[in-house]
Amino acid sequence: MSATIEIRDVAKIFRQFSGVFTAPRMVRAVDGVSLTVPAGGCFGIVGESGCGKSTLARLILGLHPASSGDILVDGRSLMAMPRRERARLIQPVFQDPFSSLNPRRSIHDIVGLPLAAQGISGSEITKRVHAMLERVGLRAEMAGRSPAQLSGGQRQRVAIARALVLGPRIVVCDEPTSALDVSVQAQILNLLADLRRDMGLTLVFISHNLAVVEHICDEVAVMYLGRVVEHAETDALFRAPTHPYTRALLASVLTPEPGLGIPDVGLGDAYPDPANIPPGCRFHPRCPMVTAACRTELQVPRRVGERVVECMLA
Amino acid sequence: MSALLEVSGLRVRFNEKAEAVRGVSITVNKGETHCLVGESGCGKSVSALAVMGLLAKGGIRTADALSFAGQDLRGLTEGQMSRLRGDKMAMIFQEPMTSLNPAYTIGSQMAEVLVRHRGGSKRAALDRAAALLGRVGITAPGLRLGQFPHQLSGGLRQRVMIAMALMCDPDLLIADEPTTALDVTVQAQILRLLMELQAELGLAILLITHDLGIVARMAHRVSVMYAGKVVESASAEALFAAPTHPYTRGLLDCVPIPGKIARGAPLGSIPGTVPRISLGFQGCGFRDRCGHADASCAQDVPAQSFAEGHDYACRLPAGWATERAA
Ligand SMILES: Nc1ncnc2c1ncn2[C@@H]1O[C@H](COP(=O)(O)OP(=O)(O)OP(=O)(O)O)[C@@H](O)[C@H]1O
Ligand SMILES: Nc1ncnc2c1ncn2[C@@H]1O[C@H](COP(=O)(O)OP(=O)(O)OP(=O)(O)O)[C@@H](O)[C@H]1O
Ligand code: SF4
Ligand code: SF4
Ligand SMILES: [Mg+2]
Ligand SMILES: [Mg+2]
Repeated sequence: MSATIEIRDVAKIFRQFSGVFTAPRMVRAVDGVSLTVPAGGCFGIVGESGCGKSTLARLILGLHPASSGDILVDGRSLMAMPRRERARLIQPVFQDPFSSLNPRRSIHDIVGLPLAAQGISGSEITKRVHAMLERVGLRAEMAGRSPAQLSGGQRQRVAIARALVLGPRIVVCDEPTSALDVSVQAQILNLLADLRRDMGLTLVFISHNLAVVEHICDEVAVMYLGRVVEHAETDALFRAPTHPYTRALLASVLTPEPGLGIPDVGLGDAYPDPANIPPGCRFHPRCPMVTAACRTELQVPRRVGERVVECMLA
Repeated sequence: MSALLEVSGLRVRFNEKAEAVRGVSITVNKGETHCLVGESGCGKSVSALAVMGLLAKGGIRTADALSFAGQDLRGLTEGQMSRLRGDKMAMIFQEPMTSLNPAYTIGSQMAEVLVRHRGGSKRAALDRAAALLGRVGITAPGLRLGQFPHQLSGGLRQRVMIAMALMCDPDLLIADEPTTALDVTVQAQILRLLMELQAELGLAILLITHDLGIVARMAHRVSVMYAGKVVESASAEALFAAPTHPYTRGLLDCVPIPGKIARGAPLGSIPGTVPRISLGFQGCGFRDRCGHADASCAQDVPAQSFAEGHDYACRLPAGWATERAA
């Protein structure tokens, strides 16, 4: 039932124009990523703001054409797939339930839109929309409301219903709970876990919240400046982070345990710019373990036991 | 420890129908971090803004007591309040762009604060600004002083906000979700900085957050708010060791704690959503989401103590949660 995603050396370069006379900035948002997302798993993607997580998600969803490389689902190239077919295979759930739902449409129309786009008849749409709403914990009578009449958590349930109504095999969640209260976040995470089990979904789960990723993902890829710098099974990654960036990232997680204080992560303030990628290891301007060689030698992913790490010390 | 900020029975409403803050009492001592947590919309920001005298137009504030460093803030004129703000009491707002002026450089905005409150030359003020930017971990302060807010990343802007709040050596810093928009690595750097400054300068901090990790790591005291009221207040250790109000307990169950809950196991959650609280609302604001509610919860809820300095507002007896677990 579920599907494997194979990401092969994918890159996405955006041209950002700032004025008529200045050359465009070439933003290397995703810069050579290769990953295999196993069927039926929950695959986490983490990394700081601007590192390319959402861009990678949009590439997987086919919302951006790749600048180079390819993405295959069960061996078939996504780029070559017709849109309708792709929609039946992969669906998104985005962060902001306030802006991702059209405020002028009813919940019925929002959830039913993917069905209508497949040419399904009106009465069948209504039947499936009601069933889907109940599946995500909403009453069917809410179908008549507009998004403004729902709470944040209810809106995110609507977004999930819309993503699942075609019975996709892959759901890409980009910060699905970041805009929600802690108490509501837990409801949505539990719902996603249930649905994944019942429907045999492959989940790609992007989040800033590492505690959540540790809790629900089987594997995690850590991105830095457009590349995957470490990829491992969740337990291995959290037990023994290997890349210096992964270490800093995990050290920064503040678990709710009083008395532990705030760790010193030692990353400095040299924030990276994807239009101006440093030579050598792209993490070297902030790396606490940097050596002279790191400034010149390009790093490539290397397999270290069961994990993949892009650092010469690994 | 001496109380620097004392708030008691604070109430705020914006119209005749609903009350945003319904009798909040908070004490912040010198050298101490007091965290305010709670569901979105429960009145954390409005409470802070009411203390600073910065409520939006139409906001009406009343309080049984509201004093800062022994001075009653209730009778102060707007002019007197604005002399305190940014000087002895400073605030960091959640969205840095709302308090940075896009038309002026970082340097001139920072210097202006000091010159306005303390006088002196702009030159001296810029020197202090540069020193403070270095203090908050900005590596090229001279360069940053000449830049405009939009030229800085979110993390840098938030550091600038903190440095600016410190220009006049405040005694109290109110920080409203100061790191929510930032990456976890930057968040850790900024929170560490606040702790260091507190140790050095004896700064009192009122820290508003919805992140229980931050509360656990930063707070000396914690007040948990729900629907415009403080429902539980305790030291951080006591709150995490013996959460007693059903809302606090529910909240703590919602966050995955590595090692405490198996991967993939369902998280605790609080069904339902926050109610709208109309003026004259009676009883416990949590009752339509509470698994322990009974008819008496629609009447006035008693204020009880779990132990010295650990108070909660609920009908349930102090030991209910631990007895059940035992
Ligand atoms: N449509 C676009 N046009 C130009 N640049 C873009 C576009 N989308 C993203 N970028 C740039 O690509 C880089 C990566 O952005 P992306 O949104 O993928 O990051 P992210 O990891 O999702 O960050 P966040 O955690 O803040 O959501 C950023 O520098 C961003 O400014
Ligand atoms: N200017 C205003 N006019 C009318 N109502 C307001 C105003 N500002 C806030 N409120 C209301 O007061 C209540 C408390 O809001 P407040 O901003 O204090 O919440 P909060 O606890 O800070 O929430 P969050 O965690 O989302 O920041 C909310 O119901 C809000 O809608
Ligand atoms: S290669 Fe060098 S700079 Fe890069 S992460 Fe490893 S130690 Fe740090
Ligand atoms: S007073 Fe009643 S409704 Fe409120 S928290 Fe206590 S038991 Fe629950
Ligand atoms: Mg993103
Ligand atoms: Mg707020």
